[in-house]
Amino acid sequence: MATTTPDAGQGHEVRATTGLIIEDLGVSLTGREVDVVDDIDLVLKPGEVVGLVGESGSGKTTVGTSLLNYSRAGAFISSGKVLLEDRDVLKMHWKEVRKLRGEEIAYVPQDPASALNPSIRIGKQLVELQQLRGIGTSESRLQAARDGLAEVGLPTDDEFLKRYAHQLSGGQVQRVALAMAFLPKPKVLVLDEPTTGLDVTTQKMVLDTMAELCRAYGVSALYVTHDLAVVANIADRVAVMYAGQIAELGPRDTIFANPAHPYTRALLDSIPHLSQARALKGIPGRTPSPGRRPDGCRFNDRCAFVVDRCRQEVPELRTVAPEHEARCHRVGEIGTWDINLGTVPDADPEKPRDVILSVERLDVFYGRKHVVHDVSFNLAKGEVVALVGESGSGKTTISRSVGGLHKDWTGDITFEGRRLANSARRRSADDRRRMQYIFQNPYLSLNPRLSIEQIIKRPMELFGLAKGKEATERVVELMGQVALGSQMLHYPASRLSGGERQRVAIARALAAEPDVMICDEITSALDVSVQGSIVELLEGLRLERGISMLFVTHNLALVRSIAARVEILQAGRVVEAGSVVTVMDTPQQDYTRKLLSNSPRID
Amino acid sequence: MSTETSGISGTSGTPAAPSGPAPAGFLRRALRQKRFAFGFTVTVLVVLFAVVAPFFAPYGEKETAGPPYAKDGVFGTDYLGQDVLSRVMHGGQSVLAISVLATLLGMVVGVLIGVVAAYAGGWWDEVIMRLNDVLLAFPQILLALVVLTALENPASWVIILLIGASHAPRVARVSRGVALGIVSRDFVVAAEALGEKRSRIILAEVLPNMTGPLLAEAGLRLTYSIGVVAALGFLGFAADPGAANWGQMMNENRLGLQTQPWAVMAPVLVIAIFTIATNLMADGLAQISQRGDD
Repeated sequence: MATTTPDAGQGHEVRATTGLIIEDLGVSLTGREVDVVDDIDLVLKPGEVVGLVGESGSGKTTVGTSLLNYSRAGAFISSGKVLLEDRDVLKMHWKEVRKLRGEEIAYVPQDPASALNPSIRIGKQLVELQQLRGIGTSESRLQAARDGLAEVGLPTDDEFLKRYAHQLSGGQVQRVALAMAFLPKPKVLVLDEPTTGLDVTTQKMVLDTMAELCRAYGVSALYVTHDLAVVANIADRVAVMYAGQIAELGPRDTIFANPAHPYTRALLDSIPHLSQARALKGIPGRTPSPGRRPDGCRFNDRCAFVVDRCRQEVPELRTVAPEHEARCHRVGEIGTWDINLGTVPDADPEKPRDVILSVERLDVFYGRKHVVHDVSFNLAKGEVVALVGESGSGKTTISRSVGGLHKDWTGDITFEGRRLANSARRRSADDRRRMQYIFQNPYLSLNPRLSIEQIIKRPMELFGLAKGKEATERVVELMGQVALGSQMLHYPASRLSGGERQRVAIARALAAEPDVMICDEITSALDVSVQGSIVELLEGLRLERGISMLFVTHNLALVRSIAARVEILQAGRVVEAGSVVTVMDTPQQDYTRKLLSNSPRID
Repeated sequence: MSTETSGISGTSGTPAAPSGPAPAGFLRRALRQKRFAFGFTVTVLVVLFAVVAPFFAPYGEKETAGPPYAKDGVFGTDYLGQDVLSRVMHGGQSVLAISVLATLLGMVVGVLIGVVAAYAGGWWDEVIMRLNDVLLAFPQILLALVVLTALENPASWVIILLIGASHAPRVARVSRGVALGIVSRDFVVAAEALGEKRSRIILAEVLPNMTGPLLAEAGLRLTYSIGVVAALGFLGFAADPGAANWGQMMNENRLGLQTQPWAVMAPVLVIAIFTIATNLMADGLAQISQRGDD
């Protein structure tokens, strides 16, 4: 297995490493005979970035940390080997492991802000790291710290070294974390969703830096993420995880062009593309948690191609093509897959519009701070208008002002020709009913002490639409519409998964029989397959009931699949607006072009 | 996890009694915890003792059983020659009743102040909480002492009122802190957007989510109440100076501590056991509510 890295970067020392070999890795819960992940075989070749993709609960982070011989409390590594240059990391003494962590196998966490010490200056942290590892001399360390920062594209002057972590932006913090990971010149790098929560522009910068460093130093990287689009941009090979096992493994292009496993195909069907509108489809059901996984193939209860054999026999990883493996009994039988099947025509920009809600000269303030400047747009009946922008662009602020949740604004928001009051409380009950707000985080937007029935029923009672038995029947009907079983009627909200909660939130909005729904990043806290099904649901509601939607998001690809018109926001101003096709195919503004080019794309 | 969190499934109206007991699932989970189970059992035993014991006491409450400070009976006699065991058995009821009622009063008033302050926010919050801080600056027993010295033979309800009032600002502080974390959550904002009445938001949306921490606080307050009631009794402020009262008994008999220690030690021990038990209970509740929130 001893390979030498090809001559990559100039001026960098290129070392001979053998990469990392994972054999039959398994992690189980302590006390119960339940495996979290099992049967993981993976090779990280030197200088190669392997993307480990999976939805929440698939065990991807567990695999990531196992490479450092670490498992979270309540779980332990029960089997397998992690071979780094013929040494088994899992069999090492803890003192060796401690030395190995960071020095040979480095880890970049999801939230770097909590990984950096908030009370130590950046420069000191970089120097301290080298002291701890015994790298360099006291004179060389400061210089090494500067070099490290330069490599990740950060300033190297004293002023920057003297900053604290909170004085840096999210992207800068993440790049400092990358610099720290690379300082001891590790052989293997484990990145756990390092760009989740960053804006596309910063994400692009961090990803480029990372990929460049890995190739230059011949570092093998395992990139753990839920975001297929990111993987499509940086990984050489992709491993798709489902319910604790690798479902499919192969070179990036193969995985995205010829996925063999039904799960991979379903995942790809659920993600939006930048270049074309798609009818997004979700995966029915939910990811089984450890201990609740079905017998046979773990995907059998959600699979469209299931046969009896899938319920009885556990499939092995089978080679489909060289380097391409899939864990499916029916690999050869289920035909080929074409990404273009999901493609639908873009929303017609020429369609006549019947304006229902219009926002004019909106200025929003937080105390003395002026955050939204002179924003005007309108929303037609049965239309979806997307408000898009990076964090701090004011998109949520605008939507909250429209919904009457934020009162401190001036300008005119008119609903069917009537000017709306600033706060929801001062609007008429009918206006409140006809305009419903759905929140970003379904874990916060439902009262955990109430049952689903109580939550969905409340708007009906409040607005006098239905009560008693009739209301309960309506609740069941609405739950059917948002694809929730009626057995959940009496569940407390705390028992549901994120996607189910968001469906309840949508059902609650629908219970008021609204004409306009304001959707504030409603899919960003959810897995892609869940996002797909929520978008599918919203599209159905729009067509069936003619509900107009104000869709706030940071995801441009999603906009293409759901919206007809788009408002691109930057620092509280609309920089570009128009129909989705026009804006995304022929962007006029630099900012829009920058956003588009930085967004990770699959196509 | 229990399926039916509370018996409020079918018809609606106001879901989950606002400051009522926590859902059944919560109590069941709590009983599985050793700390809580032990504290709860001992508390129940002491309460039962206080309620039932007067019927089994060998002597009456104010009955003379022999010479003062004699070794007659289980614990001997006190400074008036009354049987200590009987006095202990009689003396619990009023202490416990006053403590429980005072705690309830303090909790209700305090929670209301705290939640309203947190929910109103801004100026209201500032004004309410600064006034509250002024009250907090006084030692808890001071207010009671000031009023009681002015009154002769205070009625029980005066003592309840005074102790309850001294609890309120402390409870208000805690409940405001808990409520602050809840009023900013989106489900409260969602209720506002629907145009729910403010009172309903407080009662149906905010309070049910505070039960865990509030129960823990109530347990703690009960402990303090007993302490204060006993202390007032010790200082001679009791509804009926002649009646048996654990706190008062310590005061009455402290002169004979060397000759007849049981006359003081017996009430001290019961109070100690009871406060430790209620504290354990409160502690357990706090732990569970911390762990088991959504």
